[in-house]
Formats: sequence, C-alpha cells, structure tokens
Amino acid sequence: MFGEKVAVRDLTLTVRRGEIFGFLGPNGAGKSTSIKMLLGLAKPTGGEAWVLGAPAGDVEIRRKIGFLPENFRFYEWLTPAELLHLHGRLCGVSSAKLAERVPALIDLVGLTPHINKRLQNFSKGMLQRAGLAQAMVHEPDLIFLDEPTSGLDPLGRRMVRDIIRAQRDRGATVFLNSHILSEIEITCDEVVFIREGEVVTSRDLHAQQEEAVRVDVRARKLSPECIEGLARWCDSAHADEERLTLTTPSRQRLPDILRFLVGSGAEVYQFTPQRMTLEELFISVMGEDRGF
Amino acid sequence: MGAWIMAGITFREAARKKVLWTALLAGAGFLLVFGIGLHFQEGDFRNSSVPPFLRYQVISAMLMIGLYTVDLLAVVMTTLTSVDTIAGEITSGTIHAIATKPMDRWQILIGKWLGFVAMAGVYVGLMFGGTIAEGYYIGGVMAQHPLRGGLLVFLECVVALSVTFMFGTWFSTLTSGVITLGLLGVAFLGGWLEQMSGFTEGSRLAMVGIISSLIMPSEAVWRRAAFEMESPLSGSLQFSPFSDISIPSGAMIGYACIYMIIALGIAVYHFRERDL
Repeated sequence: MFGEKVAVRDLTLTVRRGEIFGFLGPNGAGKSTSIKMLLGLAKPTGGEAWVLGAPAGDVEIRRKIGFLPENFRFYEWLTPAELLHLHGRLCGVSSAKLAERVPALIDLVGLTPHINKRLQNFSKGMLQRAGLAQAMVHEPDLIFLDEPTSGLDPLGRRMVRDIIRAQRDRGATVFLNSHILSEIEITCDEVVFIREGEVVTSRDLHAQQEEAVRVDVRARKLSPECIEGLARWCDSAHADEERLTLTTPSRQRLPDILRFLVGSGAEVYQFTPQRMTLEELFISVMGEDRGF
Repeated sequence: MGAWIMAGITFREAARKKVLWTALLAGAGFLLVFGIGLHFQEGDFRNSSVPPFLRYQVISAMLMIGLYTVDLLAVVMTTLTSVDTIAGEITSGTIHAIATKPMDRWQILIGKWLGFVAMAGVYVGLMFGGTIAEGYYIGGVMAQHPLRGGLLVFLECVVALSVTFMFGTWFSTLTSGVITLGLLGVAFLGGWLEQMSGFTEGSRLAMVGIISSLIMPSEAVWRRAAFEMESPLSGSLQFSPFSDISIPSGAMIGYACIYMIIALGIAVYHFRERDL
C-alpha cells in the first residue's frame, strides 16, 4: 500500500531455479514494488514471500542475491574497480577472490578502457554496466535485474543478453524486469504479466507456439455465420473482404478451425499460422493504454 | 563488519569529495587569521604599559572567542556535511544497492554515523588543538581544562550529527537540514536567554532557556565547555557565550548524552522500519 493506493495485491509468483524469469506489466503495475518487497527494501502490509527458501528480506540469504536497481546510481567518486571491491566486501567475498574477480568482471561488462575513471565521468549506459557487474560480483544464486538494458545501445543490450544467459548457464536464476519486450522475448524462459498489482497471466516462452497463435487466412465466401462460428475456437476473428485474421489460444485447434471454414463453404486459398510476438501478447493481455 | 566498511567508505567519501579538505582549508584560514590577530595583539601589549594581569585576561578572552568560533564551525560543518548522507541516498536510490547487501540496516546507519563521528573528531581535534596551540605559543595563555573542553565540543558535534541522521531518515535533505539548523538556532537563542536570566535573576526567562536546552542541548554543552576552559575573568564577562552566569550542570551533559543516544536510536529504528 502507498497511502490509499494498492501497489500489489494477490500477487502469487513461483520462479523455478535456474530459469530466466521475465516480469512484465505497464507503468505503475507494481513491478518495482514487488521486487523491493522480495529484496526486503519495502515491507508488505500482508502476505508472505520466500526467496531461496528464506523469508523475503532475510539478511543472510542476501549473500546469495544480486540486485541491479532501476537507474543504478552509486558513489560517483569511486572507480568501477573500487565499486566492485566495496560491494564484494559487503557481500563477504575475500580480498583474494576479489583481486581475481573484479578485473574479469570489468572486462566482461566492457569497462576495461575506463577502469581508472570515476563513475561521475560515466554515461548512463556505462553506469548500467558497472551496476550489472556489482550485481554479479559475489556470484549470486539469484539475480534481480530491474531494467538492465536501460540506457544501453544495441551492442550493450546484446552484451547484457549474453551475460544473463551465461548466468543461467552457471546455474543462477535471473529475475528480469524490463520494458523492452523484444529483449524479454529472446532472453526469458518464462514471463508473467501483472497489472495493478495482480498477476494477469503467465507464459512459458518455449511453449508459446503451442499456446497463442495468430492465423492469416485468405478465403472467398466467408459468411457472417462462419465468422461468428469461429468463436468456438478463437479469441478473436476479424474479416476484411477476403482477408481473415484470427487468434486462437492453442495451435492444436488449427485443424478444427480449418475444417470448420471449409465445412462452412469458404474457399480457402491461404491459411498461415503466425507466431504471436510478445508485444502482441502483451497488448492482447493488457488491453489498451490506460495512461499509467 | 558491514558497519566498519560503511564507516570507512563514509570517511573516504568525505576525503574524496574534498569536503573534509575544504573544511580543513577553511579552518586553516581561520587559524591563520586568529594567529595573526593574537600576534598583533601580543605585539601591541609589548609596546604598551598595560599590566600583565590584564594582558593575560584579554588574551584569554581572545582565546575563548577563537574556541567559540571553532565550536560554531565544527557544529555547522558536521551538520552540513552529513545532512545528505541518509536523506540524499534514499531520494536518489543509491541506498538500494547497499541495503540489499547481507547486513542489517542498522549497520549501514551506524557505519555512516561512525564515519562522520571520525570526521568530526579529526576536525575538532585539528581546529581545537590548533587554536589552543596558537593561544599558548603566540599569546602565552592556556585554557583551564582544554581536554574536557575539546571533548565537550566534540560531544556537541555528535549530538548535532545524531539529530541530523534522525531527521534524515524521515525527510528530504533540504528539510532535514532546515530542521536541524533551526533546532541549533533554538539552542543558541535559549543559551543567551538563560544567560540573561542569570543577570536579571528572572526565573521565567531561565525556564525558557532551560526548555530550549532540553529541546536541543547543543548550546548548553558549549557553555559547559566554555566554563571548563575559561579563565575566571573572561568567565565573568556578562552577555557573552562564555560567561559563567548560568553554568549547565553535569546532569545537563548527561542529558545531552542520553539525547544523542535517543536521537540515534530513533534514527536506527526508523531507518530499519521504513520502506526504501
């Protein structure tokens, strides 16, 4: 709760170990608040959350958690190496390990040419890279990334993608909050959509083709009764003369739909299932822009 | 462990951001002016027929003025340099990357507090020691109990620091600074009112002064420090920040210590409980 406003309610999430989990929703949906509660930065007025088997906010379990806050900021008088040493020490990493790990991490995020510069001379994208490195300095089991590609150019985004995948390959779980749906789509294993603090739906992105499909159809003799009859298998069906666009929640329904069209007397010339992009899915789930 | 790391980083921050160096540079300027003033005064006395006893008292009064200036500078510097550390980091979100590390929030706050306590200690030590040394080597006078006085001025800084931290966990940087400086103003005014009440023996005025000191005991601590350091003659100067008309008791110093502990305790409690 923020005053009278309910930020998060009835939010039930289960994130499997070792997956890249996308957390999606429009502005003001409660994403950052949820992350803050999971990290112990904000206290929920009710309910409970468990992170890595411990209550959310547990001090000791934070040793296994990395966090890149949205719009990462830190003491600007530090150099990136000093920043990583500080965060590593706060996480209990030994000086010997940090001496090995810090230069490697700085290289990984592409900041080696700037290793002696202070953060105050960094661009927003460079700060994000430094922030990403601090989130990984103690090799955590779970990493929360809040808008990690904010301020990054396309090369930087690809670097972040590669790092996230490498973390998953290492066995870490990545909890990713991003507005850039194309990034989420090619990075995440699973996504959950939230709106006004509630989960609307979730999707396994590897199984997405089996779940939501858009079909472009070209056919003659599409009768109004035929279009109406598609409602049995389809979420939506829009006809424009010989063009028909329909969406169905499962690819397995496609043969039935085609049989129905032909059985209704339509002369079908083209029947092309299209993979629904995450953006289309997001819009179909969230509806119109409500000005959040 | 986390608290010590935070203390170290806070102290380093002051040094890297040149806050400490700037304050020390300004302090060096003060010591230079004070030393020149003492030197000229001493020279003028040497060429005059002013009796040695009176010379001593005048130089002693100058020393107290110098120490009072150090006290004001130290308290204001402590407040201004620390006012942004909690409130500013909450506002900017800098605190998020720290508060999610494996340490309780009290360690963050106490660590920062220790860093600023160390900074105030260095500042008071150098400025206070410098002023005392100038008084001794240039003016030939020594404060009565310089160590007690120095520790009390240091305590005054720590009280102001703890109050600044307490408000910093609630309000923005600007608001915290305004409230703390406002309280210091109340204490300053209360100290003068209490002095005046001693001159006129007005109990109601004394009550206003005492209440002001209870609201913010910083000035009372200074007046006790002045009492510990001053010579009998300069102590008898009326309507000055170091006259001995109304001397805060040891109980008031105890109250100031408890006040500081409570302010810090509230700061820790609220910082632990609040959302960041």
